[in-house]
Amino acid sequence: MPNMSPVKNEMPSQAPDVRNKNFDEVALGYAPETAIEEAKRCLNCKHKPCVGGCPVKIHIPAFIEKMAEGDFEGAYQIISEASSLPAVCGRVCPQENQCEKYCVRGIKGEPVAIGRLERFAADYHNARVTGKPQKPESNGHRVAVVGSGPAGLACAGDLAKKGYEVTVFEALHLAGGVLVYGIPEFRLPKAIVQKEIDTLKELGVSIETNVVIGRTVSIDELFEDGFEAVFIGTGAGLPKFMGIPGENLKGVYSANEFLTRINLMKAYQDERTTPIMHAKRVAVVGGGNVAMDAARCAKRLGAEEVYIVYRRSLEELPARKEEVEHAMEEGIIFKLLCNPVGILPDETRFVSGMKCVEMELGEPDASGRRRPVVKENSEFVLDVDAVVMSIGTSPNPLIKDTTEGLDVKAWGGIVAEEETGKTSREGVFAGGDAVTGAATVILAMGAGKDAAKAMDAYIKSKE
Amino acid sequence: MYSIVRKKQLNETVMLMEILAPQVAKKAEPGQFIILRATEDGERIPLTVADYDREKGTVTIIFQIVGATTKVLSTLNEGDSLADFVGPLGRATKTEGLKKVAVVGGGVGCAIAYPVAKKLHGQGCEVHAIVGFRNRDLVILEDEFRAASDKLVMMSDDGSVGEKGLVTDALKRLIESGEQYDEVIAIGPLIMMKFVSKLTKEYNIPTVVSMNPIMIDGTGMCGGCRLSVGGEMKFACVDGPEFDGHQVDFDEAMDRASMYKDFERHAYEKTCNLFQREVE
Ligand SMILES: Cc1cc2nc3c(=O)[nH]c(=O)nc-3n(C[C@H](O)[C@H](O)[C@H](O)COP(=O)(O)OP(=O)(O)OC[C@H]3O[C@@H](n4cnc5c(N)ncnc54)[C@H](O)[C@@H]3O)c2cc1C
Ligand code: FES
Repeated sequence: MPNMSPVKNEMPSQAPDVRNKNFDEVALGYAPETAIEEAKRCLNCKHKPCVGGCPVKIHIPAFIEKMAEGDFEGAYQIISEASSLPAVCGRVCPQENQCEKYCVRGIKGEPVAIGRLERFAADYHNARVTGKPQKPESNGHRVAVVGSGPAGLACAGDLAKKGYEVTVFEALHLAGGVLVYGIPEFRLPKAIVQKEIDTLKELGVSIETNVVIGRTVSIDELFEDGFEAVFIGTGAGLPKFMGIPGENLKGVYSANEFLTRINLMKAYQDERTTPIMHAKRVAVVGGGNVAMDAARCAKRLGAEEVYIVYRRSLEELPARKEEVEHAMEEGIIFKLLCNPVGILPDETRFVSGMKCVEMELGEPDASGRRRPVVKENSEFVLDVDAVVMSIGTSPNPLIKDTTEGLDVKAWGGIVAEEETGKTSREGVFAGGDAVTGAATVILAMGAGKDAAKAMDAYIKSKE
Repeated sequence: MYSIVRKKQLNETVMLMEILAPQVAKKAEPGQFIILRATEDGERIPLTVADYDREKGTVTIIFQIVGATTKVLSTLNEGDSLADFVGPLGRATKTEGLKKVAVVGGGVGCAIAYPVAKKLHGQGCEVHAIVGFRNRDLVILEDEFRAASDKLVMMSDDGSVGEKGLVTDALKRLIESGEQYDEVIAIGPLIMMKFVSKLTKEYNIPTVVSMNPIMIDGTGMCGGCRLSVGGEMKFACVDGPEFDGHQVDFDEAMDRASMYKDFERHAYEKTCNLFQREVE
């Protein structure tokens, strides 16, 4: 008999006024009984609309059925047939726009908490796995993966399982991509990412940090060195700025810089020497996950007032719903329908305020969202001493500029076939944010897996 | 990996280290930089490539002990290893087609100017090197510059070595005396590069400066290294580090460089105290 409760089992979490002062994980995870109870809310629909909403087509009702039976390991096994990073995706996927959006239970109440169940199964498995994964026998072929974000990690893992000798090249000193330098500890503990990377190493993947492809070694040189295929998963690239006066003042950060100082360089730990401004009043410009993370980090660093400044309304906020709710609970102030027009200096050229205008929503634009237009005579100054710009990224030209014959789109993203990741250069595949622009962990992971399949086929076709 | 094969104190506060990093040594060119972390939980700091030896697989860095990280770095010894060493980053100095160039170096910036002079000299370009130091005790690479230039002018603030005065005085005199440079390459403190650029602008001599702003990743991810060049936003690590000196907004760059002054002084003192305690 299914559990007919119209609402999800609540996620146990740190209290908002406690967690907004620490960097520990906010959501604490279900207890086993809660997981079973939640799993029983699933109707196991024949037509499985949830699966259609999952970018990597996890057999959702099948894994939930196992959960309802208390077979958590069985559930994990089903998830991992389709996903390389269940513990990560269970935490950071925008489920409300994917699987849970199509859940039949969502029509007359809340959908089944698919994400929370996924997280539970993955954590259960991770806490209990013993022994190391078997390193598959080598098939003698060498492949290179550029970038160690979710796209690169997924691609490397699948190829290693097929017997390829995989080398991952990472520019930074630590592997993990956005999972380590962007998404904060309180949302995605770094130990989880490290575990995924350790597993890859046990599968025989070699990870070379401190190598910038395009500078230290070029794509052409990788082929000369004997790699037979290359996957490019280099991420979304350079931060964008608005082009308004004052963006180079002291106290203006890009979200990438702000988050990297905090997450990768651990500026929040006293013993570290990484500098960061401990501002009292911070404005974060933008409305995506990145903006929410930056705002919540600023609060945790001790800011008294933190604003999200976004030019559209609450409805259009692109961030995960849960992040917006968490941010609000933690005391982040939302300045919606508000757009910055300039950043003001004090006499030492630190930020002293941000000049904004109010907006209202007009006709829908090409994206279908209503276009914000400036309200007349609505200018005002927001009293802040730091500004974090979180308005997107544009592709890094490094690899494009050093790889002849690699086509990119007008906006700079690498041209790659959707199903296979094939690029205009033979033997070169690409996926993740480097191809799509800033998107999601699961899409990047899915692209890495698809490319792994295509790279395998490509190398076999040459034998 | 990244072991220190040679360490040499060049003057009271400037240190040279030759680091084993074959992949970087293979590709490094004058004008490019590296990013290193001295220890596992240290900061990432950019340093310009001072020299390289492709055969030995080593890269030489020269740094001034100014902050917590360089302080820690300076305490490492031959045989020790750095936690991380990545590069070469940024674009190499463009040297093609130059026939006569004035290379202007200031202070520890001479360490960066030297490989550029050496490369130009090596390809048959006439090099006039103008190097400035605060005083005699701070002079570095004198012999090296002498070997890599057709004319060497040394300047010092107090006249204790070379002539008393600024590098701009020497450059102005050379230009006024009729020397015709295809280009001036100025590397040193921001204030020096600003005034060299101002001077050469009057004479319409193309001028290249090497910018070394705050950086984290060095690959174009964080945007921390941004600066204004000709009114446009540029990222030093991907678009530079060298830029047209007549276009760079030096005042803004100087401002941004001071962003963490208080923080750094604090971290430096903390680090020094830590060493103090270890010694005691
Ligand atoms: C703060 C933040 C929060 C986010 N929150 C969410 C969320 O909640 N849910 C969600 O689904 N998505 C979220 N995203 C988006 C998601 O993280 C990305 O879509 C995803 O990480 C992209 O994966 P990727 O593998 O394509 O690239 P990345 O994760 O960006 O990894 C690319 C890697 O390549 C390396 N690299 C780049 N150039 C080179 C080179 N030339 N040579 C060698 N290595 C190189 C980089 O250093 C990096 O490690 C968030 C992003 C950010 C920044
Ligand atoms: S150092 Fe981060 S973008 Fe240049």
